[in-house]
Amino acid sequence: MPRETRKIKLREIEASKITQTVAELCQWANFELGEDVLSALRQALKTEPSPLGREVLSRLLENAGIAREERVSLCQDCGTAVVFLEMGQDVHISGGDLYQAIAEGVSQGYTQGYLRKSIVSQPFSDRINTRDNTPPVIHTEIVPGDRLKIAVLPKGGGAENMSRLVMLKPTDGREGVIDVALRAVEEAGGNPCPPIIVGLGIGATAEKAMLLAKKALLRPVGKPNPDPEINQLEKELLDRINDLGIGPLGFGGGTTALAVHAEVTPAHLTSLPVAINFQCHSARHQEAVL
Amino acid sequence: MKTINISSPIDAEIIAKLTVGTQVLISGVIYTARDMAHRRLIQALDKGERLPFDLDGQTLYYVGPSPAPPGKVIGSAGPTTSSRMDIYTPRLLAAGVRAMIGKGSRSPEVRQAIQKHKAVYLATIGGAGALLARAIKQAEVIAYEDMGTGAIFRLEVEGFPAIVANDIYGGDLFEQGKREYQRERK
Repeated sequence: MPRETRKIKLREIEASKITQTVAELCQWANFELGEDVLSALRQALKTEPSPLGREVLSRLLENAGIAREERVSLCQDCGTAVVFLEMGQDVHISGGDLYQAIAEGVSQGYTQGYLRKSIVSQPFSDRINTRDNTPPVIHTEIVPGDRLKIAVLPKGGGAENMSRLVMLKPTDGREGVIDVALRAVEEAGGNPCPPIIVGLGIGATAEKAMLLAKKALLRPVGKPNPDPEINQLEKELLDRINDLGIGPLGFGGGTTALAVHAEVTPAHLTSLPVAINFQCHSARHQEAVL
Repeated sequence: MKTINISSPIDAEIIAKLTVGTQVLISGVIYTARDMAHRRLIQALDKGERLPFDLDGQTLYYVGPSPAPPGKVIGSAGPTTSSRMDIYTPRLLAAGVRAMIGKGSRSPEVRQAIQKHKAVYLATIGGAGALLARAIKQAEVIAYEDMGTGAIFRLEVEGFPAIVANDIYGGDLFEQGKREYQRERK
């Protein structure tokens, strides 16, 4: 039987189109909160028991309105540009290097949008500002299809600094996971700018658990994990976090978190990695599909 | 909730009235300083060099603003996490700084130094940089321009909102707020 020779048809995407898209996403994300975040904040305003907490929440909504109308960044910390790619395996990038195209988009977006450039080289010594917020942090997944999905999540330093990775013993189980998350939130207090969204990555290995925790932040606020057991964990954790009393910006109150997003994946039989990544209330991310 | 208007630099007599939970609207002059500027100020103090501005009685705002778009005085300008300044703060309070504006709680050492030197720590709204920028009427870099956003800016503010978080009586807004609203699990 003659060997079948089949020509794979690749879909071409121009590198310049990627640059332009990333530049737009960086600005869009920094100027406009998603409707999911706004409605979670509005909901919290209705349920928050603390008068000061309610005042903070209404100021945050006011801030979002000003940023959107005046095209000024929601927060002075315009973040590390974290870029998630889902690249169809039938896509071909032409006219340039994919990662360079993304970095160029970040550079253009942060410059054109008057966004703060916060990235420094030589982080443990000279800390020299790279002046265009590059390099971005890029995570790539290869998926079926011929599309390229680009999500940009500008990640503020205050919340990121509260991240935590704990390698639990398998016998620590569900209660162990809950304890780790509660302790992380309690110790972070007002620093990560609550009300926060808690990204939780459970399973796999140290680095994969943290990536899952970060990726969980891309989910629309409060959208439950489809697995009922995981969603139960999300709900219980959210209740217990909001019982801590930390409240909006740590001033005391019932709204410490807007949501807990957990992602779970298989782990080695000796391991139970738990990673926590915090998202401040300025939960900025936007995406496009090319 | 009571709100009072205060001017900056803040008079020594006013400090006693600034108790935890008091909301203030600040008008006058404040100076920005992030962690690297703190380090440089303290190096200058150590060497006995002249500082870029007289610290006596002044208010520091922990902020690294985003660039000013055309037609604006400053970009987004909300507070950064104050705890990064904690190791430098007692020294600067001893050198005369009277008030600090930032976000998040302070170390026990800073809280003691606030009591000792009759100072105040004011918290403002983290993540509300677009809103807070509206209270900033003038902005001028006066030192450490090489630090970019971390340079020291002299800001003129009108009605800049904040809340007393640590006072001369040892009070702490974060602890009090949490105690009031934490719920026991049934």
